[in-house]
Amino acid sequence: MSCHRAYPMFDPAAAGVPDDLCPIATEITPMLPGDWRSMRPVVDRDKCVKCAICWLYCPVQCIVEKPAWFDMNLATCKGCGICANECPQRAITMVEEAGA
Amino acid sequence: MSFQPVKFYQTGTFTVGNRLLPPEERSVQAQAKRYNSINSGHRACQGCGEALGARYAIDAAMEAVDGQLICANATGCLEVFSTPYPETSWQVPWIHSLFGNTAAVATGIAAALKVKKQQGEPRNIRVVAQGGDGGTTDIGFGCLSGMFERNDDVLYICYDNGGYMNTGIQRSSATPPAARTATTMAVGAEPGNVFGQGKFVPAIAMAHEIPYVATATVADLRDLEAKVRRAMEIRGARYIHILVPCPLGWGTASNETIRIARLAKETGMFPVFEAEHGEVKSVLAIRHPLPVEEYLKPQKRYAHLFGKTPQVEVIARLQELADRNIRKYGLLDGGER
Repeated sequence: MSCHRAYPMFDPAAAGVPDDLCPIATEITPMLPGDWRSMRPVVDRDKCVKCAICWLYCPVQCIVEKPAWFDMNLATCKGCGICANECPQRAITMVEEAGA
Repeated sequence: MSFQPVKFYQTGTFTVGNRLLPPEERSVQAQAKRYNSINSGHRACQGCGEALGARYAIDAAMEAVDGQLICANATGCLEVFSTPYPETSWQVPWIHSLFGNTAAVATGIAAALKVKKQQGEPRNIRVVAQGGDGGTTDIGFGCLSGMFERNDDVLYICYDNGGYMNTGIQRSSATPPAARTATTMAVGAEPGNVFGQGKFVPAIAMAHEIPYVATATVADLRDLEAKVRRAMEIRGARYIHILVPCPLGWGTASNETIRIARLAKETGMFPVFEAEHGEVKSVLAIRHPLPVEEYLKPQKRYAHLFGKTPQVEVIARLQELADRNIRKYGLLDGGER
């Protein structure tokens, strides 16, 4: 289930914007900052009550909703640990990323 | 599956997660179809408070005006991490101005929209200007004051992280006293930033008697959303000042961003209030009064206060500052003075 609302990218050429007007962004940042991470959040599915506090506090909206728990999209999770710190159920633990 | 009783007291979050509330009481951000005005590909540091605060503020504004929104953005961390050319993280019409003239650019957009409205534009498009504390309190202050004074129909949002963080943590006029930055080193008789300098822009905005001034932190996100929604209901110049902890500049662990913001409010170092036409209308009361040490200790920018020789007098002066805030805004009794 995607949490992202699709947004059409503006095409300056089609809209008749002169190309020497000013720099115009032409793509939505495709970067996946998941490889910055040194600690990985792991959700204890039994403890999760789906209160959505991790969902609210995650600065990179990497929380993904599953039927009975919340999971992290590890492609975008930067591993800041805010979710583990704020979880009222202590259902999220940060474990070190092993290997490459 | 083992039985787990539901408890909400452990972390001091004071936030019952939105999903456990009835649907009509849930916030904008609780919905799966939130606007996501900043996407996840931005280059903010781990645990960036500004990325969180900006998304909440702009999403709430988008929701309030049904997506008819234009943003002007000052130079600063927010602009640098979100828009490396030719990419953008903003899923909203967004214009980057110079460091100092965001308020003026937003004024221009608002004026243009006013003319278009008179010419029969059916949509009701609103304008938000946003900047960091450097672009607001120092460099862009003249334009901002002009915007307030002319009462232009712009919501100005300042994300206050207490310094020029993206250029290497230099002091701004929003840097709190005694904080170490690259330009106020922890040396000499008075280490860190000097007491008695700098300014609190919400108070200056209130002195302009503009329709709406509010402060918020990223710890109370529902409060932040409600304030942005309230601001979008009003026409005229509005100002919201959001405290956004910076793990890099403040020297805190990346997972402590929210806790630090909460401590700033609970110790009284940052008063959270809203004011209309220059009068404080409501404050967010302190729930558990704490000494300022609780707020200062986790931050490395105050580490010189807690070394081998703790600077008791400096801490006492900071406590005095917090006490003055508490007295001035009535933070302990919810504004009943």
